[in-house]
Amino acid sequence: MSARALAAVLAAAFGLTVLPGGAPRAADPPEIVIGSVLPLTGASAQTGAGLRAAQQLAVDLINGHVTYPLPAVGHSGLPHLGHARIRIVFADSQGKPDQARAAAEELISQEHAVALIGAYISSTTATASQVAERAGIPFLNPDSSSPGLTARGLHWFFRTTPNDATFAENFYQFLADVERTRKQKTVVKKIAIVGEDGLFGTGAGDAETSIGTQRGYTIATRVAYPSTTTEVNAEVQRVKSAAPDAIMMASYLPDALLFMRGFKDQGVQPQAILAQDAGFVDPGFIRTLGPDAEGVFTREVFSLDIKHRNHAVPLIDQLFRLRFAGKPLDGNTARDFMGVLVLADAIDRAGSTQPDAIRAALAATNIPGDLTLMPWSSIRFDAQGQNIGGAGIIEQIQDGKYETVWPFDVAVKPVVWPMPAWKH
Amino acid sequence: MEALSTFGQLLVAGLLTGLVFALVAVGLTLVYGVMDVVNFAHGEFLMLAMYAAFGLALVGIGPLVGLPLVAIALFLFGIVVYRLFIRRLLAGPPEATVFGTFGLLVLMQGLAQALFTSDYRSVPDPPFAATLHLGALALPQAALVEGLGAIVLTGALFAFIEYAPAGRAMRAVSEDRTAATLMGIDVQRINTLAFGLGAACAGAAGALLVLSNPAYPTVGASFALTAFVVVALGGFGSIAGALLGALVVGVLEVLGGYYLSPELKMVPVYLAYLVVVLARPQGLLGRR
Repeated sequence: MSARALAAVLAAAFGLTVLPGGAPRAADPPEIVIGSVLPLTGASAQTGAGLRAAQQLAVDLINGHVTYPLPAVGHSGLPHLGHARIRIVFADSQGKPDQARAAAEELISQEHAVALIGAYISSTTATASQVAERAGIPFLNPDSSSPGLTARGLHWFFRTTPNDATFAENFYQFLADVERTRKQKTVVKKIAIVGEDGLFGTGAGDAETSIGTQRGYTIATRVAYPSTTTEVNAEVQRVKSAAPDAIMMASYLPDALLFMRGFKDQGVQPQAILAQDAGFVDPGFIRTLGPDAEGVFTREVFSLDIKHRNHAVPLIDQLFRLRFAGKPLDGNTARDFMGVLVLADAIDRAGSTQPDAIRAALAATNIPGDLTLMPWSSIRFDAQGQNIGGAGIIEQIQDGKYETVWPFDVAVKPVVWPMPAWKH
Repeated sequence: MEALSTFGQLLVAGLLTGLVFALVAVGLTLVYGVMDVVNFAHGEFLMLAMYAAFGLALVGIGPLVGLPLVAIALFLFGIVVYRLFIRRLLAGPPEATVFGTFGLLVLMQGLAQALFTSDYRSVPDPPFAATLHLGALALPQAALVEGLGAIVLTGALFAFIEYAPAGRAMRAVSEDRTAATLMGIDVQRINTLAFGLGAACAGAAGALLVLSNPAYPTVGASFALTAFVVVALGGFGSIAGALLGALVVGVLEVLGGYYLSPELKMVPVYLAYLVVVLARPQGLLGRR
C-alpha cells in the first residue's frame, strides 16, 4: 500500500470515528448559561449550600419532562428556543461584597452567562447587581430583603421576594384582619417597636414606624439596642413604661430570649408580640422557652402549609430532601427555586438570549400566585423591578409548634388572641 | 412612686448584670496580674466552657452539677494551652502574646464554627427559669444564681491569692519575677497554675451563663468586650477591682440604657472609663 493510500485510509477511518461524535453535537440545541452568585464558603456557607441545591434542582426540572403546576418546568428545556437546555454555573461570593463583584464579573466574562441570579446576603447582592447593570445583563434577586436594593434606580435588576417593608405592611394588614373578624372593636392602638440596631432591625423598625403612623396607630416607644448586648434590662423597662397593646420585634436568638424572659419577669403583657422571623423562628426559640413561647406571632416567607394552595409544594420538598441530606425546603431554598423558574420562564418567552429581549420578558412577567411555591398573590414587577405580588405569612406558636394563621386562605389554625398570660 | 420603683428595679438589675460581668472578668485579670499577659482568647475559653456545659446538659448533667466538671476541664485545657503555646510566646517580644492570643481567638472561633456550626445551642428546659418577686422587685432566679456564683468565685479566688501558699507565690511573681526566682519560686509552675486557674474561671462562668444564654461560636466576644473594660476600669490584675469595676459597668449600662437611650447605653460606661483612666491610670483598685 502506498503512503498516499495509507493516508487516505487513515483519513477515512479518522473521519468516521470523528463524525458520529461531532455531527449530532452540532445539531444539539445550544446551552443557555445562567450565572449564580452565592455564599458557598464563609459564615453563610451552610445556607449557600442549600440555595445551590435548590437552584440546581430547579434547573434539572426545567431540563426534564415531568410537569408540575409551576412555570417553565417539564418541557425538556426552553420550548421557544428549540428546547435549549439551561446550565447554571455557580460562583462563590464568600459572603463578601468585593468577592461577589469579582464572582459576577467572572460569570459574565468567562462563562458568558445570559443572566445572573443571587446573591442572598443583601450587601453582596448590591455589588453583584452593579456588575450586571454595567454589563447590561438582567440580574434576578430571589432572596435579599433589604428595601434599599430596589430603590437604586437600576435598569436590569429584578427582585421576586418581598422586602422588609412588605413584611411590615403585612403586620398591619394582619392587625386589621384580626380586628375585622373579632366581635369587639379596635383591639390594638399603641405599638412598641423593638429591634437590634443593625441593617435588619433598623430597616424593619423604620418600615413599621412609618406604615403604623400612616395607618393611625400610636408608636408608644421605639427601642433600638446593640445586637451584641448581653442584657436588656433597660430596654424591657422602656417597653413596660410605654404599656403597648402590641410589640413588634426584630431580634436574633440570644437577644430574643433575653427579651422574652425580661417581658415575663417584669410582667409586660401585650395582646400580641409580632416578630420578624430571625431569632423567633430559630429551633432554639421554642426549645428554650417552652410554654413561655406560646402565642408569639412571627412572619415567615414560606411554609409547607402552602400545599393547600399548590400541591407541588410537598413534591418539590421531597425532591429537595433527596438532594440535601433530608433537610426540608424552607423560606430561603423555596425562594431561590422559584427565582430560577421565573428567570427561565422569561428567557423562554423572550425566545432569545439577547439581554434586551430577556429584560423585556422579565418586565412583562405575570405569574399567578397559585403557580408558585410561595404565599404570594402573583409575580409582577413594578418599575423598580420589585415584585408587587409578594407577601409573607404569619405563624403563631400554638402547643409548641409554628402554625400558619394568616393570610386566612392558607391558614391551618385560627388565631389565638390575645396571647396567653405569662404562667408563673 | 412608679418612677422610684422603676429606678430600684433598674439598680438591682444593674448590680446583677455587673456580677455576671465580674464572673467573666476575674479570670482575665488574674492572668494579667500574674503574667502581664492580656489573654485575648479569654472570651473563647468562655465559649468553649458554654459548649461543654451545653453538652453535659444534653446527657442529663445540669449546669450547676456540671460546673466543677467544666471548671476542671478548662483548667486542664488552660495548662495545655500554656505549655504548648503561651510559654513560647513569653520568650519572645511583648507583642508576641498580644498577637499570639489574638490568633488563638481567631483559631478557636473558626474551629467552633467548623465543628459546632454557627447554630445557637441553648440548654433545653433550663433550671432556675422562674422569677422571684420581692415587693415591687422582680428578680430572675437565673440572674440571682449567676450573681451568687460570681460572689463565691471572686471570694474564693481572692482568698486563694491572699492566703494559700501557691497564691502568695503568685503575688510574689507578679510583684517581682526575678526576686521570686531568687527566692526559689518556680516561675514556670506558677505561670502554668495561674493560666490554668484563669481558664477554670472562664469554665465556671460558662457553666453559669448557659442558664440564660445560648452557646454559639462568637458568644465569647460579646462578653469579653465588656470584660476588658471592666478589668481596665477596676485595675489590671486586681481581683477586688474586677468586682468593683463590673458592678460600676453593670449599673451604668442599665441606668444609661433606660434614662438616656438603649442605643447609647455604653456611653456612660466608656465615659466613666475615660475619667478613671485620666484621673487614675492604674484603674480604681490597681496598684503601681
